[in-house]
Amino acid sequence: MVWLVAWRELRDQLRDWRIIFPMFVLTLVLPFLADLGAQAAINFTLKYGTPLIAERLVPFLLMVVGYFPITVSLVIALESFVGEKERGTIEPLLVSPLKDWQLFTGKLIAGTAAPLVTSYLGITVYMIGLYFQRIPFPDFNRMLQTLILTTVQALLMVSGAILISTQATSVRAANLMASFIVIPMALLIQGESIMLFWGNDQVLWLAVAGVAVLTALLARVGIAHFQRESLLGREIDVLNLRWIGRTFWRAFKGEATSMLGWFKVEVFRTLRKQFPSIILTIVIGLIAIVVGYIWVSSNSPKIMDQFNAGDLSTTLSFGMGVPAASIGISFPAIWGHNLQAIVVILLLGLFSFGVLGALVYLLNMGVIGAVLALIRALGASPLKVGIYGILPHGFFEIPALVLASAAILYIGVVLVTPRSQRTLSEVLIEAIADWTKIGLGLVLPLLTIAAIIETWVTPVLLISAFK
Amino acid sequence: MIRTEDLSKQFGDYWAVDGVSLDVYPGQVLALLGQNGAGKTTTIRMLTSVLTPTRGRALISGFDVVKSPDQVRASVGVLTEQHGLYLRMTGLEYLDFFGKVYGLNEATRRKRSRELFGYFGLADVAAHTIGQYSKGMRQKLALARTLIHEPPVLLLDEPTSAMDPESAQLVRNAIASLRTEQRAIIICTHNLVEAEMLANKIAIIYRGRILISGTMDELKRDLLGPAEYEVRVKGKWPHGSIHLPPGVTPLADGASGPRFRIEDPQASNPILLKELMKHKAEVVAFQESPRTLEQVYLAAMAKVNRV
Repeated sequence: MVWLVAWRELRDQLRDWRIIFPMFVLTLVLPFLADLGAQAAINFTLKYGTPLIAERLVPFLLMVVGYFPITVSLVIALESFVGEKERGTIEPLLVSPLKDWQLFTGKLIAGTAAPLVTSYLGITVYMIGLYFQRIPFPDFNRMLQTLILTTVQALLMVSGAILISTQATSVRAANLMASFIVIPMALLIQGESIMLFWGNDQVLWLAVAGVAVLTALLARVGIAHFQRESLLGREIDVLNLRWIGRTFWRAFKGEATSMLGWFKVEVFRTLRKQFPSIILTIVIGLIAIVVGYIWVSSNSPKIMDQFNAGDLSTTLSFGMGVPAASIGISFPAIWGHNLQAIVVILLLGLFSFGVLGALVYLLNMGVIGAVLALIRALGASPLKVGIYGILPHGFFEIPALVLASAAILYIGVVLVTPRSQRTLSEVLIEAIADWTKIGLGLVLPLLTIAAIIETWVTPVLLISAFK
Repeated sequence: MIRTEDLSKQFGDYWAVDGVSLDVYPGQVLALLGQNGAGKTTTIRMLTSVLTPTRGRALISGFDVVKSPDQVRASVGVLTEQHGLYLRMTGLEYLDFFGKVYGLNEATRRKRSRELFGYFGLADVAAHTIGQYSKGMRQKLALARTLIHEPPVLLLDEPTSAMDPESAQLVRNAIASLRTEQRAIIICTHNLVEAEMLANKIAIIYRGRILISGTMDELKRDLLGPAEYEVRVKGKWPHGSIHLPPGVTPLADGASGPRFRIEDPQASNPILLKELMKHKAEVVAFQESPRTLEQVYLAAMAKVNRV
């Protein structure tokens, strides 16, 4: 059935000249221009004795040639459901025995297949051009990365666009919402371009893995929240702030009638709900501490150089998601810094189903391991520093970080879990209310206690320990 | 068969359908009448498991629309308000696609397509792209789609809306020919002539609630009162001398003669006729005054507005 849905769509696309024409241009004309551009750039850069730029430009153009055709997939996917709704063709499909996942996956394949084939053809034409112009091919690893990146990027865009298409009420609304895909994709491409020119293979593979994970999560969210009812039921988009407020308040307040009741019942009920996420967060946090410790231990000389040059504090604070300048030993600075890290985790997590939030958490935990290893490299006892310098405030701060990160991971889990009779907006608002419960009820008090200890107790303990 | 019990659907604070209870047995055609936004399409969408009822339940061929959506969807043929055709496909490709969607094997798909194209007079254009079809042809193809898997239940939402009279007539005739002893049909329409022609049961829905339902005769009797008869005689009407049987009330004269409201035509008409004969009145015509579904509908609406 999946192939049936996909094949019908593909056949429709292949009969539409408005899709065929740009694909033809992007397959033949763009790679040809890229070849000419590569040749001109090589000649130009060689004139100034900078062959490295030319060398990196060839795989960059390979990526561009591969990327341009897949932008068509965005147009196709954005209107996949909502376009059919506007044309009235979706209802016969919705009243048929096709299952939700079959419809969704069929549309996903249909949205990706033609642009991807065009992209691969474009890459082939570009490579043929390179061959005839006697320009050396990029190495196999780079070509493989580009091919995989192109594929996962197409899938990412299509998954996001189909998700938008299932939630939008009109093609116009879907197009307006496309900026949620276009802007992050533009940033991603810029980042990848930098990595290509930087020439760091490992980071590019990480990008491939990251995009693949996000794609899988987006597709999962799309299938989990695909509802025939909301697709046909909604006619106009209304930003109903009152409804949003009511839904949030209902979820936040729960059945509590007093502040104490709310804390006792609602916060702990939410905590119980998030228990698996908390366990997972603790486990990956411990792993991050160990990895941070091992990494610094095995790179001690290099790290020591950085430390001596004063770069290390910048690196560490970047890892924690805040600028170095904001770190200082005063209560507002420490409290603000920790709060900032929690907010960064929330914001990044919200836009990535918890993935980027968890990444910031892992970096924070990794920093603890790294600091301990660094202390050992400097000749001090990491155990002593740990007990006197980290444990007193860490006893409150680390659980706060764990709870906040687990709560954001939980938002990701809730978003990718099917909930019948609940719209995506309801699920998201309720998940944010759960996060807020944990944030206000536990994380904020813990962070405050931690900041008090870190400001007035830890320095005293450290000084007395190392006197 | 189709059965709904207290079927209701709420959108936000608004009840689009509120406590609809209906029974449509095989061989019956129910016309669901009502204004725009009365709840007809919402009812149809609940019957196809696309919308989940907020309250009540509905059974299609014995399957619950909430518990067994797959079986429900396999049992119904739905003609949606918009025909929903893929204009770049040929008619043949289109029916074949939906045949596959409904899990028919190739031989059955071919046979059913051939039968349906012949049945609806579309055999000559089967290989043409649907974009080339006229409006009537498109609607007939959409009807063919609803029948490809020979469903025991048909739900037809506004089957002739926005069609020219000739195309509408073609589609109406096609629907009329779909009535069989094995099939239960619901037609949602604004077209009262069409409803009267196709349905043997009528339900009027207003703001999500069924105002009244029954056969055409039942509705006329309930809303317009007893049947009215008009009598035309040759020459002068024997005023004063006629003794009217019980249950016969004289009304204002019609265009061609006196009119009577008769409570029980079966009992009273022969007596009235004998009375006229007795007075040597030469009866040219003795007929029931035509009362249309439109009158029934307007009477129902007037009743609601009075309330």
